[in-house]
Amino acid sequence: MTMEQVFARPKCMTKTPFHYCPGCDHGVVHRLIGESLDELELGDKTIGVAPVGCSVFAFDYFTFDFNQAAHGRAPAVATGIKRVRPDHIVFTYQGDGDLAAIGTAEIIHAANRGEKITVIFINNAIYGMTGGQMAPTTLVGMKTATSPYGRDAQLCGNPIKMAEMLATLEAPVYVTRVSVNTPANLMKAKKALKNAFRLQKEGKGFTFVEVVCICPTNWGKTPNDAHKWLAEKMLPVFPLGTYKDVLGVDKG
Amino acid sequence: MADKVLMKGNEVIGEAAVLAGCRYYFGYPITPQSEIPAYLSRRLPEVEGVFLQAESEVAAINMVYGAASAGARVMTSSSSPGVSLKQEGLSYIAGAELPCVVVNVVRGGPGLGNISPAQSDYWQATRGGGHGDYRTLVLAPNSVQEIADMTIAAFELADRFRNPVLLLVDGILGQMMEPVQLPAPLSYDLNQKPWALGNPNRKGGRNLCSTIFLDVEQLEEHNWHLYQKYQVVTDEFAKGAYQHLAVETHAVDDAEIILVGYGIISRILKTVVEKARKRGIKAGLVRPKTLWPFPSQVLADLAARTKQFLVVEMSCGQMVEDVKLAVNGRKPVFFFGRTGGTVPSDFEILNEVDKLVRPD
Repeated sequence: MTMEQVFARPKCMTKTPFHYCPGCDHGVVHRLIGESLDELELGDKTIGVAPVGCSVFAFDYFTFDFNQAAHGRAPAVATGIKRVRPDHIVFTYQGDGDLAAIGTAEIIHAANRGEKITVIFINNAIYGMTGGQMAPTTLVGMKTATSPYGRDAQLCGNPIKMAEMLATLEAPVYVTRVSVNTPANLMKAKKALKNAFRLQKEGKGFTFVEVVCICPTNWGKTPNDAHKWLAEKMLPVFPLGTYKDVLGVDKG
Repeated sequence: MADKVLMKGNEVIGEAAVLAGCRYYFGYPITPQSEIPAYLSRRLPEVEGVFLQAESEVAAINMVYGAASAGARVMTSSSSPGVSLKQEGLSYIAGAELPCVVVNVVRGGPGLGNISPAQSDYWQATRGGGHGDYRTLVLAPNSVQEIADMTIAAFELADRFRNPVLLLVDGILGQMMEPVQLPAPLSYDLNQKPWALGNPNRKGGRNLCSTIFLDVEQLEEHNWHLYQKYQVVTDEFAKGAYQHLAVETHAVDDAEIILVGYGIISRILKTVVEKARKRGIKAGLVRPKTLWPFPSQVLADLAARTKQFLVVEMSCGQMVEDVKLAVNGRKPVFFFGRTGGTVPSDFEILNEVDKLVRPD
């Protein structure tokens, strides 16, 4: 009797072991991207754009072409690539410092132009690679390397809600916020990524998938505690759900 | 041969880019270069190209980074304050060894300065401007015809050396209208660069465009690799492979004083040479057409024959340092400059020449 293989590395992913910290969600999201592209048979027609941040080496884990952009500029770089190679799936993979602080102009205008790209936004409320500084998405009261007394909304404002902001624009066709903190949410996150890539393949327009993630290392928590904290503290501020779905793909 | 047409310098940059096979332009409005994006916003759709007005110069240069990595001939343009904003992207583009053309129609600085013509971005253009060990080729035309020819040459040099090429044009040349004979169009195939992202004509494996080398030995190796490429560029220019682009000399053979200037200043200096000679002063002119690599050897050779040099710039003195390095103390090198958007007259430069040649 032959064994049926039911789980394998996605074809569009390399055998390179992840460099991410134990418990980090980057590896999980990378895998969901790989599975989604495989299932849509897009693995050899995709170009990724890596950010500055923990996922700067995202290109090590995928077999397709990659550009490594400057901090915050991935949506502009992806714009240039997509305009030259419209037959390719082009996606950016960005953290919250990258996308919601230094790259705010680039993300808003790429979305507003309706660039036919997919932006995957990893929101873990903190700067990872530089050592746990306050991000634009850091929760009020949250202690970080640069908010040792806790984020003071009077001094630093409130956490910025990118999915809600981008959903106010005319051009984006799909804006959603997911998490990978439970098996059920993970399945929803994968569906969202597939929706986004499929919409791009069909040339429908700009798609945005925000993934609320944990950063055990810089939060100073075990992965289990971090997931608990995410559910209790982050999700009330960053509610999961689809904020814009012009073509009704979430229902389909 | 096409007939000559009367065109503005900035518009010729746009048309020559199209003739060079450039089909992608990303830019942001700023005076005195705004005719370039205006022209290309009309022209590129006619040839199925992409014109995109970016949200900032920072975004524009990063769109160039993306498009260049995907194999396109691509250009952006700006004026001084906007070119400062592009330096981040230029460093990445140089580090990733991507070809592109960046136009700077130079205006007065520092800061917002003014919109009048200047040459005060020489250091930024020739020394890199952004962070890290890198070089960019810099071409400096002095007429609308040369703008056409050098724009096309810029694209070819960029592809030849996989490096950004800057076209340094002062505000006068950008705004000036002159007759120009437009060159024949070049053909360009998007898939001719096997290293480009998304290119089906690759040599196997995947293509990666990156500038990160965390391992210090790898980064050192990469930096020396870039350095060796810049040496090849310098050597090829020094050996005369790009003689038509490198330098122009005028009346230098018997010259006792050699004037040195680039861009629009060189045309004023030509008048100064004629007027000086009518006064019995043996003056000559050296005009660097390419600012990096700098035509040092020509100046070094002349240092053995002439008595002195006078460098004239629309700045407080930037290129003069390169002239001093080339002359290397063998003869005195003097400087005369006007800055802040003012243009020196032939009369005031002639006075300087007079003072140097007849000190009493």
